[in-house]
Amino acid sequence: MEDKLNDDIGEAKRLQLWEMMLKLRSVEKKAYDLFLQNLIKGTSHLALGQEAIAGAFGIALQEGDYTFCTYRGHAHTLARGSSIEGVLGELMGRQCGLMKGKGGSMHLTDVEKGVMGSYAIIGAHLTIANGTALASKYNKTKEVSVCFFGDGTTNIGAFHEALNMAKIWDLPIVFVCENNLYMEYTAISEVTAVEHPAADRASAYSLDKIIVDGNDADEMYRTAQTAIKKARYGHGPSLIEAKTYRHSGHSRADPGKYRPDEEVKDWMENKDPIKNYRQKLLEFNIDEKTITGIESKIQQQVEEATNISKNSPIPDIKEIYTDVWADGGYKWHN
Amino acid sequence: MAQLTYRESVSLAIAQAMRKDPKVFFIGEDVGAAGGVFKATVGLLDEFGKERVMDAPISEQAILGAAMGAAMTGLRPIAEIMFSDFLAVCWDIIANQIAKTRYMSDGQINIPLVIRTANGGGSKFGAQHSQSLENWSMMIPGLKVVAPSCASDVLGLMDASVKDPDPVIFYEHKSLYASKEQLENTNLSIPLGQANILHEGADITIIGLALMAQRSKKAAQILKEKHNINAKVIDLRTLVPLDLQTIKRSIIETGLVITVEENPRLCGWGAEISSLITEHCFSNLKGPVTRVTTPHVPLPSADILEDNTIPSVDLIINEVIKKVKGE
Repeated sequence: MEDKLNDDIGEAKRLQLWEMMLKLRSVEKKAYDLFLQNLIKGTSHLALGQEAIAGAFGIALQEGDYTFCTYRGHAHTLARGSSIEGVLGELMGRQCGLMKGKGGSMHLTDVEKGVMGSYAIIGAHLTIANGTALASKYNKTKEVSVCFFGDGTTNIGAFHEALNMAKIWDLPIVFVCENNLYMEYTAISEVTAVEHPAADRASAYSLDKIIVDGNDADEMYRTAQTAIKKARYGHGPSLIEAKTYRHSGHSRADPGKYRPDEEVKDWMENKDPIKNYRQKLLEFNIDEKTITGIESKIQQQVEEATNISKNSPIPDIKEIYTDVWADGGYKWHN
Repeated sequence: MAQLTYRESVSLAIAQAMRKDPKVFFIGEDVGAAGGVFKATVGLLDEFGKERVMDAPISEQAILGAAMGAAMTGLRPIAEIMFSDFLAVCWDIIANQIAKTRYMSDGQINIPLVIRTANGGGSKFGAQHSQSLENWSMMIPGLKVVAPSCASDVLGLMDASVKDPDPVIFYEHKSLYASKEQLENTNLSIPLGQANILHEGADITIIGLALMAQRSKKAAQILKEKHNINAKVIDLRTLVPLDLQTIKRSIIETGLVITVEENPRLCGWGAEISSLITEHCFSNLKGPVTRVTTPHVPLPSADILEDNTIPSVDLIINEVIKKVKGE
């Protein structure tokens, strides 16, 4: 496809970003529907409204790079190329799930795609992501590790330990704070000593202060590329704070009523990354048929994957006793 | 023939592992240039350089997180947590992350790492630098738990731990660092889950671990010489995996059993062993299982207080005599 707008991103890349963001949103919406149908149990933390961040990194990263995300990680997992049925199947506790139902919504893992896990204890995975980055440095290889986390994470000790270690050893890692303005049910501004929870801490670790509009896919992509390149070529870690907003509550149980109506309305209507990007594509003279063609394609993919997941068998109960140890079993005495 | 201290065997064991496998590296606080606060890692930095012997900041979560992440890619880190008491500040990384990631990922991820730590009392360091915490890690599915009682076991069990594809918590006992052993060969490997008989006897079985195994052995020697009681002493070496068969064989022979634990009473490892013995050897028992533990108190610091808190050789002797006499 020839680029109609010949800037640094170009049409082909923009359409990739568009397709990626649509996929992330459509799957999250489907996950919500499946909850309402009681086909998904447990809890779930949707990233509706935050698609530009995971999406841009998904496009900017290379095969072999490592990503770590939180329990709000469906989008980040899909963004690396994991299958939709692998994600939905895991949420539904089916055999086609990425971990055959042993991890669930909060622990999506797909090592083949570089998805090194979704972590449900705030802060831990920043330290673990340092480990894959350390391995790349130790092995003198060029993978980059990227670690996504929320604004609430910036107030836990592991965040600070991890940033310091990454900097002193100049690890090839990118820390991405998705600041959606609320740590669970409380405004982050009410519980944080600085205005920008990640960026204002950067100087404590000799890192640049980087703030980006996390709902602008183009800006997000540029920022991701710069940080990834810096890490890949041995110039050390970056800490990015991407401003965004979640369209839904913290988790399945949360209607998000603690947020002012006008604020929610403003982000939904004026700052929706997907709505705005569609407009941008049109402004770049990208054919509307191309745009809607991608929309239909994604809808079809999500429907197909949903059917595969629904028809996939539930796990065998023998699975309970497998894979505690590397020998495949769980025995602890002879 | 070489005489080696437990302390020297630690650095030798790490060095041997690093010589054999370039994937092995070592990370911890004050471990390189300083050689460790217990001088158990002297010489490693000189031999292997800063790329493989990493002096880390006081950031236990970051140390174990980095070790875990590296292990996820196939490297085989050895991480040191200076005192086992500090495991409490990185327990999330151990109990939630390292232990569970293999299972939650449906076996996609292996975590072949060793966490070494100085454990146990005897140094009068007080309640936050002296605890015996093997049971903490024993409770978590996904962790292997090793606690050597002598220099040769440090060598053999470290070799097996580093080669093991699963995470291992390796508890070194502070009060054993100075103990010495004559060794003909230092290139040893001891499979995890294989207990060791430290003293033969058919009157009673004493089950111990680390320092308590050595004190039990000493008690058994005195019991034989002065009291005509023949005790079999089992050094478990590893709690997970556990060598239940060796315990069963011994109880079939003796019918009497005492566990000797350095941990406080509640949920000490002996409680699980006692339960297993009841389940598997009930008809062989001539009496209830006796657990000798520290009382359920934090460890005090003063000489006389600490000495009277941790089970001593004399206490073990007294408990064995009572048991054998049926008191």
